[in-house]
Amino acid sequence: MHKGKGMKFVGDSRITADRKPNVPKDYSEYPGRTEAFWPNFLLKEWLVGAVFLVGFLCLTLAHPSPLEGMADPTNASYIPLPDWYFLFLYELLKYEFASGDYTLMGILVLPGIAFGALLLAPFLDKGPGRRPHQRPISVGMMLLALASVIWLTYESAANVDWESRAETNKPVPPGEQAAIDTEDPGYAVYENSCLSCHGDNLQGGAAGPSLIGIDKSAEEIATIATEGINSMPPDQFSGTDEELQQLVDFIVSVNEESGE
Amino acid sequence: MLQKIYDWIDERADITPIWRDIADHEVPEHVNPAHHFSAFVYCFGGLTFFVVVIQILSGMFLTMYYVPDIENAWRSVYYLQTEVAHGQIVRGMHHWGASVVIVMLLLHTLRVFFQGAYKKPRELNWIVGVLIFFIMLGLGFTGYLLPWDNKAFFATQVGLEIAQQVPFVGEELKTLLAGDEKIVGAQTLTRFFAIHVFFLPGALFALLAVHFILIRRQGISGPL
Repeated sequence: MHKGKGMKFVGDSRITADRKPNVPKDYSEYPGRTEAFWPNFLLKEWLVGAVFLVGFLCLTLAHPSPLEGMADPTNASYIPLPDWYFLFLYELLKYEFASGDYTLMGILVLPGIAFGALLLAPFLDKGPGRRPHQRPISVGMMLLALASVIWLTYESAANVDWESRAETNKPVPPGEQAAIDTEDPGYAVYENSCLSCHGDNLQGGAAGPSLIGIDKSAEEIATIATEGINSMPPDQFSGTDEELQQLVDFIVSVNEESGE
Repeated sequence: MLQKIYDWIDERADITPIWRDIADHEVPEHVNPAHHFSAFVYCFGGLTFFVVVIQILSGMFLTMYYVPDIENAWRSVYYLQTEVAHGQIVRGMHHWGASVVIVMLLLHTLRVFFQGAYKKPRELNWIVGVLIFFIMLGLGFTGYLLPWDNKAFFATQVGLEIAQQVPFVGEELKTLLAGDEKIVGAQTLTRFFAIHVFFLPGALFALLAVHFILIRRQGISGPL
């Protein structure tokens, strides 16, 4: 850089008056087929990014993000579950050596060792060799940790019935609880036969899904009430045909109101 | 025209050296997927950053509708999902991006680990990278509560109970996060919102800056 005597500045600033040429560096002397980052390589990177984005958007469109019913702290039957990337830590706490008196093992010692070792890997694995077979201990530890994490996540996720969870926890549109007429003769029948599983506002519960926003005809509802469906056993409804009719009319009317 | 605008700014601010510092660096053959197909493993880091950018942009749009308040949080998300044009897509991008970023981050970490690229002189950048991983997990944990649905509420409750069991500082840690010794409620939601939207992203940007500056100063690790 030009310094000292004879330097010209723009006005009274510290910006030098002679402009530098805006030309890319020459990489022809570099080893192999070295390429300039700008713009040659960046364009290729954007191609990869574009393909990735298309795949990502397809995933987003094919699977809308889930939303369960509004948080209800009084719901004692809800089985909590963290997001999938925390499942392995959650599953770890179910083992005998990591729960009860040994909880500290599960919440601090084991994760602390694993993540601490990850953080300090460069100081634990100080040898000069970079190839995996030159550092069998660190590579072996990583493979072991990876296998444990995958196994724990699998163990945790395989025991969850994701579909029925999503079904029973469907969101109830706001403002629809008010539409339920507890004076309706059908509600009395509902109270006797269905309320214990489907909730006092038809909102659903741990044992039964919400009955609001269902896409079923009156005949189908009558059939389900007497014969059951999926995990719902038959003969949940016990009463006269007239009561059955009142029940079905009630459920259908609630759904018609909420559909408006 | 553009050239004239550039020259006008350059004469006053001397931006050419800054621009050349950013644009001029070499890409060695062994990391270029155009020459070696297996070099696609070097894309994981860049793609992670790409998903982070998606998360920042979609998150900015989500806050246009989201209300961090226990009465309205769930309703605002439900409204966004059902009424707002493309709201479902924007929330979907943020929701799936949160998972994809963890996957890409894991792949990037494994690439660096199995190539032994964290060895001298790159120890510091590895540590910064693992810290970024922790920040991401923190963002996942705090963001999970914000829709205020049942799975959010109960997962956070369990998470806070686990934090509570940490010896000596457990109670304080839980109160710090939840805003109350016992209740997981309005205070918890606003705290998690603030942590998710201001504290952790601030830390993330600082660490990302260090990560990228270190890469540029040290260059990418050589072939095995």
